[in-house]
Amino acid sequence: MSDRAFGFRTRALHAGTPPDGETGARALPLHLSTSFVFDSTEHAAELFALRTYGNIYTRISNPTVAAFEEKLASLEGGLGSVAAASGLAAQLIAVLALAQEGDHLVASTNLYGGTITQFSVTLRRMGIATTFVPGGNVEGVRDAIRPNTRAVFTETIGNPSGNVADLAPLADAAHAAGVPLLVDNTFASPYLCRPIEHGADVVIHSATKFIGGHGTVIGGALVESGRFPWGAGRHPLLSEPSPGYHGINFAETFGEYAFLMRARAEVLRDVGASISPMNAWLLVQGLETLAVRMPQHVANARAVAAFLKSRDEVAWVAYADLPDSPERALAAKYLPLGAGAVFTFGLRGGRDAGRAFIEALELWSHLANVGDAKSLVIHPATTTHQQLSDDELRAAGIGPEMVRLSVGLEDVEDLIWDLERGLAAAAKVARVQA
Amino acid sequence: MILETAGERRALLDRSHTVAMVGASPKADRPSYFVFSYLRTKGKLDVVPINPTAPAIDGVRSYPTLAAYAAEHGPPDIVDVFRRPSDAPQVVREAIDAGAKAIWFQYGVVNEEAIRLADQAGLDVVVDRCIKVESARFDGGLALGGLNTGVLTAKRRRR
Repeated sequence: MSDRAFGFRTRALHAGTPPDGETGARALPLHLSTSFVFDSTEHAAELFALRTYGNIYTRISNPTVAAFEEKLASLEGGLGSVAAASGLAAQLIAVLALAQEGDHLVASTNLYGGTITQFSVTLRRMGIATTFVPGGNVEGVRDAIRPNTRAVFTETIGNPSGNVADLAPLADAAHAAGVPLLVDNTFASPYLCRPIEHGADVVIHSATKFIGGHGTVIGGALVESGRFPWGAGRHPLLSEPSPGYHGINFAETFGEYAFLMRARAEVLRDVGASISPMNAWLLVQGLETLAVRMPQHVANARAVAAFLKSRDEVAWVAYADLPDSPERALAAKYLPLGAGAVFTFGLRGGRDAGRAFIEALELWSHLANVGDAKSLVIHPATTTHQQLSDDELRAAGIGPEMVRLSVGLEDVEDLIWDLERGLAAAAKVARVQA
Repeated sequence: MILETAGERRALLDRSHTVAMVGASPKADRPSYFVFSYLRTKGKLDVVPINPTAPAIDGVRSYPTLAAYAAEHGPPDIVDVFRRPSDAPQVVREAIDAGAKAIWFQYGVVNEEAIRLADQAGLDVVVDRCIKVESARFDGGLALGGLNTGVLTAKRRRR
C-alpha cells in the first residue's frame, strides 16, 4: 500500500469503498441482511466479547453502513464513525457515551430547535442537565463548565442564526477543563469545514442534509478524532468497568478507540437507533459527489444573498459570507470555501409579510429541511422552532420576520426570479400595514 | 528502525510469522488477552505467551522468558510488549538476546530508553500502537467497525 495522503475528492470516492472482496463488484454492495452467520462457536464467542471484528446483527453493525462510516470518518479526518438513524440519534448516542444521570453539558444557545429540546427536555428528564451559553461565547462556556461537565456542544454554523462558532478557543477552553468539544457540522459538511482540524473531538452530522444531498433519506453519524484522553478519569463511563459489557474498561482495552467502541457496542446497541443499510447506501452516493455539489450550493447562496441584500423589502440578511457580516472574520477562519448555503433574512412587514412571501413562491419548496439539491424555504417561528418559549426563541436569535433559505442547485437566475415574486407579495402586505 | 507509517507497519506484519507476547494475560477482561485471542483465532501470525505465572493460555503453552521461548522456537519475528513502560528497557535487552527482529510496544508502553536501545540494535520498532488494530487495519476487520483504516485502493481487498 501507499502512504500517500490522498485528497478530499479522492477519499470521497474511494475511502471505505474498495472493490468488494468476495465478488469484485466496483460499486458498494447493499447488504440488506439483518444478521450474519458465524464461522464457528468460537468465532461467535470472540465476536460477542468484542475480541474480534465482524458483523453479528445490523442493529450494531452492517458492511454497507460501515462503508458509509469509514468514508465519512476519512472526509472529516477522524479515527472512525458510528452511523445512526438520524442526526438527533447520532447526537443522543454521542452524549450517552459520555454522560449519565447527574452529569452536565455546556451548549451554545445558537442550536437547531430539535437539539435544544433534546437537551433541555429529554436529556434533562434523564438527569443530564445542560447550561446554555448565549452565543456559545468562549468566556461563558469556560465559566459554565463544572466538575461534572462531560462535554461542550456547539454547531459550526448555527441553525438558523447562521453564526459561526469560534472552534479553536472553544476546544482550548473545553480541553483546559478536561472536557471534549462536540460539534454539529451539518450545515458546513466536511467539504467546507473539518472541526477536528480546529480541535474538536467529536463531530456530529445530520447526514440527511448536504451529505445525502437529495432530500431522500434520514440518517446521521458521529465521527471521533481519536485524540481525546478518554482514560484520564473525567469520563467514568469510559474509564471504569462497564456493567453493560461484562466489566470491560473501554479506555484500557480499546485505547484511542474507547469512545467509538462504547458508542457502538453499548449505546447504539441499547438505544437501537440504527440506520438502514439502504439509507447508508444512498448516503454513500451523496458523499461521492459532495465536493462537486457544495461549491455550486455556495455560489448560488452568495448570489441569492447579494440579491436580497440589494432589496428594499428586505430588512436584513444574515449570511456569514457577506462582506459586512459580523460573522465574516470567523467565516474566513473556519469556512474559507464558503459559509454554506443555508441562511436567514428578515422581511419588512414581519410575520404577515413572511407568510405572503412564502405563499407567493413557485420554485422554492416550503418544507422543514435543508441541504437538498432543490431550494427550500421556511419560516422558523411558525415551524421548526414553534416548540420553543418566547425567551428561548429570542435567545436563539429568531424573530417573527425571519425566513430561512436553503439554496439549491437550480439556475440561480430562476431562483432570483421566484424570490422577486415573493418580495412583491410581501411588499403588498407591508404597504397595507403601513 | 522506528516504523512511523501505516505502510511500514503493514510490511512488518506481512513479513512476520511469529509473535512472542510479553505480559500476555489469561484473564478475559485484560487488554492483552483481547489481543492474544485475536491473533490466535484470526490471521497468519503464530502467537505465544511469555508469562512466568501462566502455564498456558487457551491451550497455547506459555514460556517464562523470551530466552526459554527462543531456545525452543528460535528468534521471534516480533516481540509484542504489554508491560509497564518502566519495564520496557529490560524487555528490549531480553528481546535483543533472543534475536528478535522487531519489537512492538502496545498502547501506553512508551519508554524513550527502550525505543533507543531497540533501534540501535537494529530491530524494527513500533511504538504506542496495537498489533491487533494494525492487523485489522489491513485485513478488513477494522473497516467492518466503521473505523478509518486509511487504506485506499481500487484493487480487490485480500481475504
